[in-house]
Amino acid sequence: MEPIRVHSGLVYPLNRANVDTDQIIPKQFLKRIERQGFGQFLFYHWRFDEEGEKRDSFTMNKEKYNDASILVAGDNFGCGSSREHAPWAILDYGFKVVIAPSFADIFYNNCVKNGILPVRLTEDETQAIIKKAEHEKLKLTVDLEKQLVVGEKEFNFNFDISDYHKQMLLNGWDEIAVTLTNEDKITAYEQRQQITG
Amino acid sequence: MTQPKTIIEKIWNNHIVHQEPGKPDLLYIDLHLIHEVTSPQAFEGLRMKGRKVRRPELTFATMDHNVPTKQRHIIKDEVSKKQMHTLKENCEEFGVPLADIDHPDQGIVHVIGPELGLTQPGKTIVCGDSHTSTHGAFGALAFGIGTSEVEHVLSTQTLGQAPPKTLEVKVNGKLGTGVTAKDLILAVIAKYGVRFGTGYVIEYTGEAVRNLSMEERMTVCNMSIEAGARAGLISPDDTTIEYLRGRRHVPDGEAFDEAAEKWRALATDEGASYDATVEINADEVEPQVTWGTNPSMCIPVSANVPDPASQEKDYEQDAVERALSYMGLEANQPIDSVEIEHVFIGSCTNSRLSDLKKAAEIVRGRKVHDKVTALVVPGSKTVKEQAEAEGLDVIFKTAGFEWRDAGCSMCLAMNDDIVPPGERCASTSNRNFEGRQGNGARTHLVSPEMAAAAALEGHFVDVRKYTNTAVNR
Ligand code: SF4
Repeated sequence: MEPIRVHSGLVYPLNRANVDTDQIIPKQFLKRIERQGFGQFLFYHWRFDEEGEKRDSFTMNKEKYNDASILVAGDNFGCGSSREHAPWAILDYGFKVVIAPSFADIFYNNCVKNGILPVRLTEDETQAIIKKAEHEKLKLTVDLEKQLVVGEKEFNFNFDISDYHKQMLLNGWDEIAVTLTNEDKITAYEQRQQITG
Repeated sequence: MTQPKTIIEKIWNNHIVHQEPGKPDLLYIDLHLIHEVTSPQAFEGLRMKGRKVRRPELTFATMDHNVPTKQRHIIKDEVSKKQMHTLKENCEEFGVPLADIDHPDQGIVHVIGPELGLTQPGKTIVCGDSHTSTHGAFGALAFGIGTSEVEHVLSTQTLGQAPPKTLEVKVNGKLGTGVTAKDLILAVIAKYGVRFGTGYVIEYTGEAVRNLSMEERMTVCNMSIEAGARAGLISPDDTTIEYLRGRRHVPDGEAFDEAAEKWRALATDEGASYDATVEINADEVEPQVTWGTNPSMCIPVSANVPDPASQEKDYEQDAVERALSYMGLEANQPIDSVEIEHVFIGSCTNSRLSDLKKAAEIVRGRKVHDKVTALVVPGSKTVKEQAEAEGLDVIFKTAGFEWRDAGCSMCLAMNDDIVPPGERCASTSNRNFEGRQGNGARTHLVSPEMAAAAALEGHFVDVRKYTNTAVNR
């Protein structure tokens, strides 16, 4: 997993609440057995029509958002299915940071495990960013160490993240390797519970 | 005296392998269920690092999401075929027991776990699937995980988890005739929204919950995730214990009595406190129909579809407008005037024997409406066999339903069971998200009884019209 410390990039604003993982990556693309290559299917039915042509009505297709790497969306982002294909698609498409007032629990975890930084800001802060980015190219810098989101001219928002998630993202840890340093404790637990194999 | 505890805290404390300040607790996992869609990348991860499955015997795999439900062995989609084949190879390589498409135990992962007695009170249960919350019906702590976590559990049989907050959903009073567990959970989500459970584990309590059968409890716990809660459970009682007696993976004889003692002791203590409590009165719940594109967009069958203009905030207006437009509905339209083309009775929410029986009661001796295509997809091969032994297949087929093989099917339409664009389906599943049952498909979530009645009439109808005559007969 790639560590993430400070990320600067352009914002793509998606002013919708309750964006579910079925929208982030529709089920017909879950059949692959690899982790890579899901970016092309991100928000597939919103981005493309039945013929596979780009929909003009979906703002992500606008040229000004082509290089966006920070996705800013409404409340309860990533609800629904546990599919990790959702963060894989987001990352593969080129987003490194997702900002929203709240995230679904499983999705939030899945982001952290893939080196995507999920940032919770307040509803008002999120709306302020979205409104700005809908009208102009907006660049933000997200500093994980300082837990800050700052704009070039405006915006200076703090965000909360648990220390553990922060360290995981900063260091790009392999969590399994970390757990296996406690293997003796797992074995001891199994012996106490008489779990034998 | 020890502090009274909730079942959630008791199970948690029993499973702590390791605790360190500033880190999540390392929890032991008693049962890891696996299916073909969310596991291939996890096994690949193990292979890349040269890791093993620590406890294959605590792991159990099946195929459900992709499997065809008719002409079982003709899998047209090469990618689906490969995914199923990959699961088989992975299970062989790592020694994980598998109920594959030909196995008599095959079925939807959340139907077969309980059926085989793998699901038991007090266990920690995970699966790369958000509806793992279903198993909470037994008083187990069961939750969905991502593929990286699947890999973590395969390799270590543990998972790092921050202790959850506890939320009591208390259901007072009794459900009325013709009002089901599905209506109850839909009404709870309609009342409190799709994220009131985020960050919490729910315990369902109260008279109406105690009165539910095991299968009804599974329906309720199944949809905890639709309220944002990763897990939802119910303290074990006699209903739980009697359901488990005699199941394959449950101890028998004296060992069963001992286990039952322990299970009973897990129930939440008198006077234990929760971080939050919400309540609902069961006698106020009517049969429900969802009108929109998430499960909280739900109204009683007697009500009208909402009007965007009556929403307070502009983004709420937008959300209602977008949902109505996707669903092809008018503001203020009575929901029982909405005509449907498809009916799907199935999914891990409502595909167990009692679900099929109740739907069959409505259908018996009647005919599916001319313009409706109706499907019954039993949750497992065992459910299918039991239903056939009781003649339910004949009732459904005579009425004009298709009678299929076990799988997820039209719940998420990863196989060939797809609702075409713009068409409308009364579905007993759990998600009415855009495109869930097919690109452009319009899903209305209902109980099996409501789905059966809609199949007969071609539009939504208050099923109590039928259940009352059933009582009179
Ligand atoms: S039936 Fe539907 S919700 Fe249940 S496991 Fe299968 S796809 Fe998921």
